[in-house]
Amino acid sequence: MGVEKVSEKPIDLVVKLLQERKIPLKVEGDTRGSIEVDKSKLVETAKVLKELGFDHVKAVTGIDYPDQAKFQVVYHVSSFDLQLSKVIIALKTWTSYKEPVVPSLLSVWGSVWTGERETYEMLGITFEGNPDMRRLFLPEDFEGVYPLRKSFKVKTEGLFVDKSS
Amino acid sequence: MKSGGMELDIVPVTGELNVGPQHPGSGHMRIFVKLNGDIIEDAEIDPGYVHRAVEKLGENRNYIHLIPLVERPAILDSVNMNLGYILAVEKILNVDVPERAQYLRSFAAEISRIASHLYGMGILAIFIGHSTGFMWGFGDREVWVQILEALTGARITNSYILPGGVRRDLTPAVIEMTKKAIAYQRKKMKDWERIFLNNPNIKARLQDVGVMTREQAIEWGAAGPNLRGSGVYYDARKAEPYGAYSKLDFEIPVYKEGDGYARTLVRFEEIEQSLRILEQVIKDIPEGQILSDRFFKQIPPTRLKKWWEGQKRIVMPGYYASFRPPKGEAISRVEAGRGELVYYVVSDGSAKPYRLRMITPSYRSIYVMKNLLKGARYADLVSIYGSLDYFPPEADR
Repeated sequence: MGVEKVSEKPIDLVVKLLQERKIPLKVEGDTRGSIEVDKSKLVETAKVLKELGFDHVKAVTGIDYPDQAKFQVVYHVSSFDLQLSKVIIALKTWTSYKEPVVPSLLSVWGSVWTGERETYEMLGITFEGNPDMRRLFLPEDFEGVYPLRKSFKVKTEGLFVDKSS
Repeated sequence: MKSGGMELDIVPVTGELNVGPQHPGSGHMRIFVKLNGDIIEDAEIDPGYVHRAVEKLGENRNYIHLIPLVERPAILDSVNMNLGYILAVEKILNVDVPERAQYLRSFAAEISRIASHLYGMGILAIFIGHSTGFMWGFGDREVWVQILEALTGARITNSYILPGGVRRDLTPAVIEMTKKAIAYQRKKMKDWERIFLNNPNIKARLQDVGVMTREQAIEWGAAGPNLRGSGVYYDARKAEPYGAYSKLDFEIPVYKEGDGYARTLVRFEEIEQSLRILEQVIKDIPEGQILSDRFFKQIPPTRLKKWWEGQKRIVMPGYYASFRPPKGEAISRVEAGRGELVYYVVSDGSAKPYRLRMITPSYRSIYVMKNLLKGARYADLVSIYGSLDYFPPEADR
């Protein structure tokens, strides 16, 4: 990143840098912002962010929206740089139920490895280009698929109150 | 090969080995290693043996009921686990927290950090065959756990932090205990230095073992002392101050070596910094409320009289049982004992989170450990594992 003067809000610097590269950033507070891109532009955008100094991903999150029959995938990107570390950018993209495939960002950030693998096993979203698309936390003999989808119901036991005693 | 008249064949041995899932040290996990001689060619980390499905259950519980759940994964660092979750919820609720409560949050969080570091050092010690360190780590930890018990009422699963404040006020007895504990710990750290840090056996097991360069630490997304042991100056308490950290004076120890010894030194020195923070909190803590007025006003007067005026305790108002935050999302970060802890909460306006994402520091160590084990000697597996302060339940969640 450049050696610009520290602006008032940490996010302002990022807004400026991204404007130069024509990437729209939605500002959500002094230190937060989000970018929503089509999945075809995901890798491209990620590369730009990395060039700017965003050097790691804090979290990869898949969210199921059954009423729209699609998934959202969110990468929370940040940096260990003294200035940029104050900012967390949410890089968001969507994918449909019919084709739950998103390009992997493993080639850009190694730190997505665990998150992508977990999102695959919990939601069934395949990250194209990640060689480790197999189960991580779930047991080998786990029955039923994709426990973090809303269609997967948790079996709960009712409370039993013995009124006679 | 001929030697002294005896025939000796050296056959290169390759094979695969399961380490765990019943691990002799901390928690349960399996490491599947491919060996060539005693060099680890590839390591497959297989976590999940203590998976609690926090994220799935999070979608099926009311916000307040999730506090005991999210602090379970790292039961020995539960104040920080609790705090991170509450920070995310507070962001969606848009609550102001009184100054005194902020100081109390930092106070409890630092005690938790010291206890977590002592636990980690104890586990590392027993991993590399230093059983005195194990006993001392767990013995010293007890001192801090008892302070948490006096402050919050529970030894480990404190559930101390509520949206808008904390549950109990600081009492003179707790202050007295803390002062004694600080003096005790300072004295004890000198003993630790002599018997553990300057011990030639410990140095031989940790120095130049599991070396992670600065670039690797960043690429693999390491967190906490593991990151700072590789020369990266990053601490969530400085990057995004929460609690009272913006008003407290403390330093972030950083070492450049990147080996197990550097990571241990970072933890060791952080304990001293935490002790300094505790002293400042005791000295500077302002008078005032410990719960935001917005919630405090809802406590019935009879209960206020009995619990608040008498014992300085908060009785949760009915609002908490099933509050509905507005639609929105928030991501929070705190520096837990083992490193940065991230919560991402998405609210759809109902009484339960739509999505709760919890990224713990040990979760981020999975990839780090997998990479560090490659090329290491098999005997160093426990040393690397221990020096990363990896805690399976925290990684599994």
